[in-house]
Amino acid sequence: KSFYDCELTFLTKQEILLAHKRFTELVAKEDRNDPSPRVPMSKILTLPELKSNPFRKRICHVFSTSESKDGSLTFEDFLDLLSAFSDSATLEIKSHYAFRIFDFDDDGTLDRGDLEKLVNCLTGETDDTRLTPEEMKQLINNILEESDIDKDGTVNLSEFQHVISRSPDFVSSFKIVL
Amino acid sequence: MAHSVSFDMRDLTLESPVDEGVVHDSFSRLIEEQSQSLDKDDNGLEMQVLSEEDVSEEDLLEEDRDNVPYLVGSTWDRLEQERGPEHTDPLTGEQWSNATLKVLSSMPSRTIGRSRGAILSQYYSRTLQLRRRRQSRPSLRDYPHSSRPSIRGYGVEIDATDLGREECKKDKLVNNLQNLSVSDRTRVLKGMPLSLAEKSELRKLATSYKGAQMPYRGQIPCCSRLKYYIIIALRHTWYSWLSFLLSLQLWQVALKRVSGRFGTGVLSYFVFLRTLLLFNVFLVLITGFFLVIPQAVHPSRRTGPAVAFTGLELLTGGGYFTDSVMYYGYYANSTLNGSCQPTRNNSRDSNRTDCSPKDPGDAGGGFHLSYNMPLAYFFTIGMAFFITCIILVYSMSKSFGQSFRVDKPQGSLALKVFCSWDFKVMKKSSVKLQSENISTQLKELLSELSSPHERKSVLQRLARVSVHLLAWTMCVGSTAAVSFAVHYFSEYMHNDLKKRADLTTQSPLEKEASLLALPVVVSGINLLLPGFFNTVAWMEEYDSLSMHTHVAIFRNLMLKVSVLAVLCYHWLGRIASNPPGLNLECWENFVGQELYRFLLMDFIFTILDTFFGEFLWKLFSQKALKRKRKPVFDIARNVLELIYGQTLAWLGVLFAPLLPVVQVLKLLLLFYMKKASLMLNCQAPRKPWRASQMTTLFISLLCFPSFVGAAVCVTYTMWSIKPSGHCGPFQNLTTMFQSGKRWVQELADNHPKMAWLAWMHTYLVENPLFLFVAAGIFLVVIYFHTQVVDGQRKIICLLQEQIESEGEDKKFLIRRLQAIHEQRRPRPVQRPTPLGSERLDENV
Repeated sequence: KSFYDCELTFLTKQEILLAHKRFTELVAKEDRNDPSPRVPMSKILTLPELKSNPFRKRICHVFSTSESKDGSLTFEDFLDLLSAFSDSATLEIKSHYAFRIFDFDDDGTLDRGDLEKLVNCLTGETDDTRLTPEEMKQLINNILEESDIDKDGTVNLSEFQHVISRSPDFVSSFKIVL
Repeated sequence: MAHSVSFDMRDLTLESPVDEGVVHDSFSRLIEEQSQSLDKDDNGLEMQVLSEEDVSEEDLLEEDRDNVPYLVGSTWDRLEQERGPEHTDPLTGEQWSNATLKVLSSMPSRTIGRSRGAILSQYYSRTLQLRRRRQSRPSLRDYPHSSRPSIRGYGVEIDATDLGREECKKDKLVNNLQNLSVSDRTRVLKGMPLSLAEKSELRKLATSYKGAQMPYRGQIPCCSRLKYYIIIALRHTWYSWLSFLLSLQLWQVALKRVSGRFGTGVLSYFVFLRTLLLFNVFLVLITGFFLVIPQAVHPSRRTGPAVAFTGLELLTGGGYFTDSVMYYGYYANSTLNGSCQPTRNNSRDSNRTDCSPKDPGDAGGGFHLSYNMPLAYFFTIGMAFFITCIILVYSMSKSFGQSFRVDKPQGSLALKVFCSWDFKVMKKSSVKLQSENISTQLKELLSELSSPHERKSVLQRLARVSVHLLAWTMCVGSTAAVSFAVHYFSEYMHNDLKKRADLTTQSPLEKEASLLALPVVVSGINLLLPGFFNTVAWMEEYDSLSMHTHVAIFRNLMLKVSVLAVLCYHWLGRIASNPPGLNLECWENFVGQELYRFLLMDFIFTILDTFFGEFLWKLFSQKALKRKRKPVFDIARNVLELIYGQTLAWLGVLFAPLLPVVQVLKLLLLFYMKKASLMLNCQAPRKPWRASQMTTLFISLLCFPSFVGAAVCVTYTMWSIKPSGHCGPFQNLTTMFQSGKRWVQELADNHPKMAWLAWMHTYLVENPLFLFVAAGIFLVVIYFHTQVVDGQRKIICLLQEQIESEGEDKKFLIRRLQAIHEQRRPRPVQRPTPLGSERLDENV
């Protein structure tokens, strides 16, 4: 195992070792001899840290490097994931990946559809916590009014990072620790 | 991960603007390219209604899997199908053509979030800036998590020369990287949002280029190679030592479980507890190493009769413990010598004489290690406080820097939507609870915004103000009443003690048990009165939730500060000034014991509070009241309890050097108890808790009233109060501070070269002018910084306006572009919806 690359992540050696242990538990038996096994998304989602997270599928898709875009992760992708969510990752990295996670249609900006999906993920599945369509419309209008500086109707990365920089709690809440 | 998204799946004829490898640095190019493509192709941009068949299979698969279309094209396709070929950009209401939308979607501001080429070019320009700035000032990117306006440092500046394709950009980036130092390079690479494989490739390229430029590699002289190896080996050992230390992180698993279920707010309480534990461990190490161990190795003679150990000592701190290392009175007045043999000839000597120096030829002589106990005591306590002060101020400023934001937030909705999801929460029920909380908060905020703020009538406002006044009067009044009560009770106990001192019929144990009364009363007050304050606060209504929390904290703090002030006056002002009146040989021992009792009672009452407040209340509310909700963990009150306990420990270090050990044990037990109670009985808080601002507030409270108060009391004791004449290390002196002065004087006398030390001491430490000048300089520095922050705020406003107007420009240009486009396009004959006329009529 080349630990030289661990300098390029924000993780410590212990964290990488722990990640390796947890990752190999997920690898299917037939792939164990593979030098760089790829774990399908369904198995990644069995991790307790991700199991109940409403953004779990988006997280897998964002960090996945597979050509078939199926959300499967190699060990390096898994390290990338943990590094972005770690304690010492910079605000910039976290906000960059948060933006990509919230960008449900992957078009590089958060438009109305993205924002609507985001709010629905936040408020949950049950009917009494979901917002009504009027509330949703008003909410999205307000969000765009507050954060869309160049008034093009979408929130791009810079505007998103500008909003994020106003909240000191973002760094501590955008964390996943194994 | 970052993968190139190609737009060429449509067989429309836009080539270069759609290729996201190209970064547009000016719109003139865009227009040029547009017109070029127009010239090339007759059909131009056709307004075809794309049917399902044109959507590639990839998209269909994606949609099936996740129901989320990946590529922007399919989104616009669906929109088109819904509304026909001419569709509006849903927000701006403009009518863009399909192709224009394609152009819009490949704009730099939109591609930067996702294309690798854009990331590379952005980092190329940043490394350029880094290289330029390296000499002048540290880069802004050196400060993670700090408060800097995000617009700065984000210049998507692109070099004037065309960067061309991705490989070209990559080469330039690699070129920049290899000119940076190794640590800079690693830092830049770490901070790039690319996948690990790409980053290691970049690093390999950068280092391999460097290797190619150093042809003398095989000819490094052997000494520098050796030096190189040594440095590498040292660095490896340093890293492994660091990672070993980090792996010892206390309670990592426990904290993760707490945060997984309760979120960041409750976690901050436990993290605060851990911080306090570390402070106390530090104190234990210092006092242990410099005071306790030297004295324990040279036990001093017992002054009174030996007292048997009974169980009551653990509660009262007296009895057996009085004449032990635990308290001030045990410590020797003299210089301890390494060759002291206490069993042989010192048993007849009084406590005051020095151990006589032995001849070197003496059998038990060994080494001569002289240890000046009074000086050690004075300097150890002083240094402990000084270092604690520095650590506190440093952590306070770091925490403040993280939570302070330069520009005032105008709105909170966007912030709440983007930042409020706590990714640490793992348990399903907690996730559900979190969703409910967020939903409630969003609905409340929306309803506040939609319903206009009604102007309350004068009568209503007056009623509100009077309710507030009433509540405040009640709180302040009860605090004052309680302070007087404590004062009179302590006076009563003082007199009682005096009377009992004269009576010799009672056993000393009973006397000491009666001393427990005052701590019990004070702890009871600390427990019950904040509950009373909370009840009073129910009837008030506040503008915002954070105001409510801050008022509750302030009232609680006021109570604790006034009670502690009364007690300090009682100890330092009354007892210390007239110890013989109480028949006390050693007033410092007495004060140390009092503090021990207070600390212990505080702990016992916390246990009782946890048991009754949380466990029994949960049973009661679930069985009797049949409510589903468990009690909520009150973070603010618990943190203030911790701060109170820590103040007592700090006050007591001077009088009882082993008190931090007691505090460490107490904190350890408290952690496990609180965690168990939390898991069993409580639920996550419903209201939003701004963890980072609250943490800053708590550390400031720990620093400002708590530590500064304790430091002031200790300094006053050392400076002005006469130590007792029969016990402790400062028996012969008028003040404790004199020991330091004497030492400096001796040093100056014995070593004339050190006279400057004495001079410095007289003119700097004792002269108030120096302090005034230092304070003046600090104020000027603070003023400059506030001006800088003001200036930054103005810049942010200006930049926002500039961006808005740029946005307007962009829209204008795109409309013009489209209009020109339409004019040049040959009018189709059989198109179902002739668009040309409508386009031309559009107001440009």
